[in-house]
Amino acid sequence: MKSGPRQPDIGARLTFDLSKPGRRACSLPACDVPAAELPERLLRRELSLPELSQVDVVRYFLALSRLNYSVDSGFYPLGSCTMKYNPKVHEELARLAGFTGLHPLQPSETAQGALALMYDLQRWLAEITGLDAVGLAPAAGAQGELTGILMVKAYLADRGEDGRTRVLVPDSAHGTNPATAAMAGFEVISVASDRQGNTDMQALASALDDGVAALMLTLPNTLGLFDPNAGRIADMLHDKGALLYGDGANLNALLGRARFGDMGFDVVHMNMHKTFSTPHGGGGPGSGPVAVKSHLAPYLPTPVVEKDDDRFALATPERSIGRVGLFYGQFGVLVRAYAYLRSLGDEGLRQVSENAVLNANYILARLRQAYHLPYDRRCMHEVVFSGSRQRAKGVRTWDIAKRLIDYGFHPPTVYFPLIADEALMIEPTETESKEALDAFCEALLAIDREAEEEPQVVKESPHTAPVGRLDEATAARRPVLRWRREAGDGS
Amino acid sequence: MPTPTDRRYTKEHEWVRVENDLGTVGITDYAQDQLGDIVYLDLPSPGTQVKQMEKLGEIESVKAVSELYSPISGEVVEVNQEVIDRPELVNQSPYDEGWLVRVRLADTAEVDNLLTPERYDQYVAQAQET
Repeated sequence: MKSGPRQPDIGARLTFDLSKPGRRACSLPACDVPAAELPERLLRRELSLPELSQVDVVRYFLALSRLNYSVDSGFYPLGSCTMKYNPKVHEELARLAGFTGLHPLQPSETAQGALALMYDLQRWLAEITGLDAVGLAPAAGAQGELTGILMVKAYLADRGEDGRTRVLVPDSAHGTNPATAAMAGFEVISVASDRQGNTDMQALASALDDGVAALMLTLPNTLGLFDPNAGRIADMLHDKGALLYGDGANLNALLGRARFGDMGFDVVHMNMHKTFSTPHGGGGPGSGPVAVKSHLAPYLPTPVVEKDDDRFALATPERSIGRVGLFYGQFGVLVRAYAYLRSLGDEGLRQVSENAVLNANYILARLRQAYHLPYDRRCMHEVVFSGSRQRAKGVRTWDIAKRLIDYGFHPPTVYFPLIADEALMIEPTETESKEALDAFCEALLAIDREAEEEPQVVKESPHTAPVGRLDEATAARRPVLRWRREAGDGS
Repeated sequence: MPTPTDRRYTKEHEWVRVENDLGTVGITDYAQDQLGDIVYLDLPSPGTQVKQMEKLGEIESVKAVSELYSPISGEVVEVNQEVIDRPELVNQSPYDEGWLVRVRLADTAEVDNLLTPERYDQYVAQAQET
């Protein structure tokens, strides 16, 4: 057996399990003020905390951190998540004392630099999306979606169009789209895709009537495909008095190439933490600005940054839907996105989308002989395969994903989108080299051969990870959410 | 697992076995296999009126939450408490112990709208080709 400095069971242990009575990580100096007398009822004699020495604490958390997989440790082709590399200079800039020392309640005259940054970012995002105004407040992509749809709702209500109670969502949309529409109080109507993976225009025509408030179009959609009918869809909706919402989470594919505003979209959200290279995974923080045409600008969430002569100020738009979070959005994330835009410039942004699309199509071309391509056409920034051929040999997409861990890669997104059977959704992003893409493709080709020659190896994988297959069904059915001291353990 | 011949099927992969005016409803082996490990079922209480091909409830697996459609119209008279407590029964025995609800049929003629076992097998074979 291979052995190394790693403690293989560390993931299953808690600091409580390592605890020995009396051990301390630090010693405090003697108290030099009189001890406060607390009433007896406020005092506890027993306090259930782990007791460890400092070196044990450090080793414990360092060992845990080494079990982690991140975009800094390897290729991370999680489809729909845009796990691109985050340049380290962003971190340095976000930590400038002028930013970290700001207090959210200090007078805006004393925070002009921060406001100028937000103002420029608003302008640039408007230009990138081809829309008129931007609000930076939403703290995540899904919150940006909800903000956008609530703005649509308020806009329609002001025009006496409360009878529009339905939102259309193509079945190739991000799952957050129907959730957003439902949360905003709309009835969600699913619109089928055609065999090419585009919105089925006949299905759309029959679902579209005076009761429709908006359609939410993910572009490119979750198949990684650009819907060439986007402009026609906008016209059809506008003819019926409805609005077109754009899910801009896949903006990485479009930067500097196509603009939502030019195609007729009324409102779009973006994900700073995907397209604009700010860290995510592990829960964020995200940032989901919304961009709108001028007719929706009065409804933007508060605050927005305005410029009056040379002064920047926070303002509340006239018909604002209100606050969507505390203070001014995820400011630290906005600084990183600003740095990304400044360091790349417009030519650089065009290269981002070009390389993102090129990389995905390179993977498509290298793997299409081995893996079924359910929507057989050139993709944008991500490619969706089906594991159906391997499945016929008894190996499922699930198994392929687990086996990739043995080859040292983070698995791609699996079983999404739902309209592709046994889906493998691969998004390489623009930051990966040809060598990295080749290594990943070689691994998937090797797994395909294994599925033929020794399927058990794939089905029982991963073999090299600290833990193998987790019992996800029991975890969902009977989750254990809290550690409890075992009975009889007096320590 | 062969498709039982004593019942009818929907294109949404539910089955119904009718005895007199009582229909037992479940999902097919193909459906449970596609869903993966089932972790939760949301089924209507007895007394609920359901309509043919309208929503009956929800089924949640480790992969996704899906809607269940009722193969027939009528009144729910019994819910399988066993599958509520042990959803894995639907994976293990979709045609037998993993049944979901019993419905008193409003119109037995509706059964003719459903797929025969042969037609259902053809339908699944086609779905797998595309």
